[in-house]
Amino acid sequence: MTDFQVPSWGYWVMGVGFIVFIALLVAYIHKNRGFKRPFFASPYVLWLIVFTVLPCLLVCYFSFTDPAGNFTLDNFKNFWDSNYNARKAIDPAELDTYLSMGLTLNDLGLARNSINIDTLVFSLWMAFLCTVICLLLGYPAAHIMADRDFKLGPTLVILFIVPMWMNFLLRTIAMMSLLEDNGLINTILEWVGIGRQKLLNNTAAVQVGMIYNFLPFMVFPIYNVLNKMDYKLSEAAMDLGCDKWHTFYKVTLPLSVPGIVSGITMVFMPAVTTFYISRLLGGGKVQLFGDLIEAKFLSTSVTEWNVGSALSLLMMILILASLGLLRKADPKGEGGGIV
Amino acid sequence: MPEINVPRLEFTSMEEQPRLITLKGITKAYDGVTVLDHINLYIRKKEFVTLLGPSGCGKTTTLRIIGGFENPDEGSVIFDGQDITGVPPYKRRVNTVFQKYALFPHLNVADNIAFGLKLKKTPRDEIRQKVDRMLDLVNMSGYGKRSVESLSGGQQQRIAIARSLVNEPEVLLLDEPLGALDLKLRKEMQLELKSMQQRLGITFLYVTHDQEEALTMSDTIVVMQGGRILQIGTPKGIYDEPKNAFVANFIGESNIIPGTMIRDELVEFCGTKFACVDEGFGENTPVDVVIRPEDIVLVGEDVGHLTGVVRSVLFKGVHYEMMIEAGGILWKVHSTAMEPEGSRVGLSVVPFNIHIMHKMEEGEKK
Repeated sequence: MTDFQVPSWGYWVMGVGFIVFIALLVAYIHKNRGFKRPFFASPYVLWLIVFTVLPCLLVCYFSFTDPAGNFTLDNFKNFWDSNYNARKAIDPAELDTYLSMGLTLNDLGLARNSINIDTLVFSLWMAFLCTVICLLLGYPAAHIMADRDFKLGPTLVILFIVPMWMNFLLRTIAMMSLLEDNGLINTILEWVGIGRQKLLNNTAAVQVGMIYNFLPFMVFPIYNVLNKMDYKLSEAAMDLGCDKWHTFYKVTLPLSVPGIVSGITMVFMPAVTTFYISRLLGGGKVQLFGDLIEAKFLSTSVTEWNVGSALSLLMMILILASLGLLRKADPKGEGGGIV
Repeated sequence: MPEINVPRLEFTSMEEQPRLITLKGITKAYDGVTVLDHINLYIRKKEFVTLLGPSGCGKTTTLRIIGGFENPDEGSVIFDGQDITGVPPYKRRVNTVFQKYALFPHLNVADNIAFGLKLKKTPRDEIRQKVDRMLDLVNMSGYGKRSVESLSGGQQQRIAIARSLVNEPEVLLLDEPLGALDLKLRKEMQLELKSMQQRLGITFLYVTHDQEEALTMSDTIVVMQGGRILQIGTPKGIYDEPKNAFVANFIGESNIIPGTMIRDELVEFCGTKFACVDEGFGENTPVDVVIRPEDIVLVGEDVGHLTGVVRSVLFKGVHYEMMIEAGGILWKVHSTAMEPEGSRVGLSVVPFNIHIMHKMEEGEKK
């Protein structure tokens, strides 16, 4: 583990913050001569400060400092070139000696390495694919479930919810055993005569796992919007001359945009930050940005916490930016998502 | 099954118009419950027909079957000589104004109205002209760019009507379109709708449970109950000659009293014999006697057919509504002159205003 130290001023900040909090509380109780509803929200406020605001601030702090606590932008440079810190750590004289011996930076393992950026791009691509496939699979599913004439709709909804009662790790492990060399799917494939396939430990397996895990998050926001939609609207469209297809793309689809936006958000965000699915189903061969950050924080190297924080911060900025964009598409939050 | 084909009681100029829609033996059941029981009805060109009845009488289902949103279990819908049973809504030359308007929230007012025209690939300029003309027609010019959600209920209703009328349908179906409006606006819209219908010469089929609305606007009223048609006629015909106690009670207010038809033109109720104008009920037949509250005349205590005591008085604006106990029955009487509570009065009815009806069969009552 890293010998993580709270900077000396950190205690002061926390101490002063706590005193201010208590003072505000006392002033508030005094002013209202008793307890009012907002008072009862204070535990949640405290909770949010301790477990959300503070960690975010710490991530910011770490990403802009070196292990000694000095301000630096090296962590971000390290994002661009993962060997930046290593190259900086080596004694320049020593480096010159090596170089004069005819070795290149590449031989020394110090040349620019773009693994961080490559992983981010790959993660974004995987998340994008996952979102698109979830949308293509999820929209028809939601549409079928929300159909007033389809009597099995509510049952389907339950069937979609039930797996979500299980921990997603368990589900992923179950997925692993399905895809195994001697797993159920391979057994069936062999029995059918296609023969056993290599299904596990590749990108496709990770993608399948992601889709399986995140599909409900696409289906439900869309289902909610479609279900709440006044069916008279589609009747009105038919009345005015729309056949089924025109009714769908002139009325139903535009009105379900909030659900789609919400679904995209709820799938893309966890998909781009996911890390355990790739570990279990990718067999270590597939690395996503989440895995990278996790590795940084589990690493024993001193600088890695700071680099990991920088990566996390970049990820957060990326997500906030995409949320901002999506919010533009659904300003009223009709999709019922967490946008 | 009584009264499948109810003959019209009075004929107006509508009689010269050809029949546009004919319903033949329409039957519809949901989950085994019959909502429409062999409905036969025809609607003439340019006619304003109102389906009137309490909720659950099948009037909306009838409308939806004509609109194509429901298919009848039995029977057929004939439109302009062609059987259109089973034809989807988008291929029918009718348009519907829905109860809660069903305007498209993602489109502005002009795009809502242009919806049907755009589907027909009407040229842009023509669409603009027609939309403007429609906005004019419903007194909403200048509202084209507004979002439909920013409009009041009455305005949304006008847009819904404009959206339907712009397609120049042969029949406009209206499903309680004024139900969500307040009384004053509703009355205004009634007159507006009626004048619009007369100007455009379009057939209107109007569904309502509001008898006053039906009386104000219709050429023909179809009174429905329990999935059957009870009576078809002009507003005046139905008001003056209700076919049974249910219709009498539903159209306007009525005193309905059990009585006995002694012989033609003589009826007995409240222990008194009254002269009337009805014939053909046989002798000593139990009947329902219907007397409108405004047809009872208050006279001196000694002069009336019946003597009673005023139990309560309500001021109703134009008239007073008095409950008068006479002959063991509480009579509802409308009069512009007020008699104080507790005073003794005489009640008198002219023979013409005593309406005799067959007792309703058990099945019809519920």
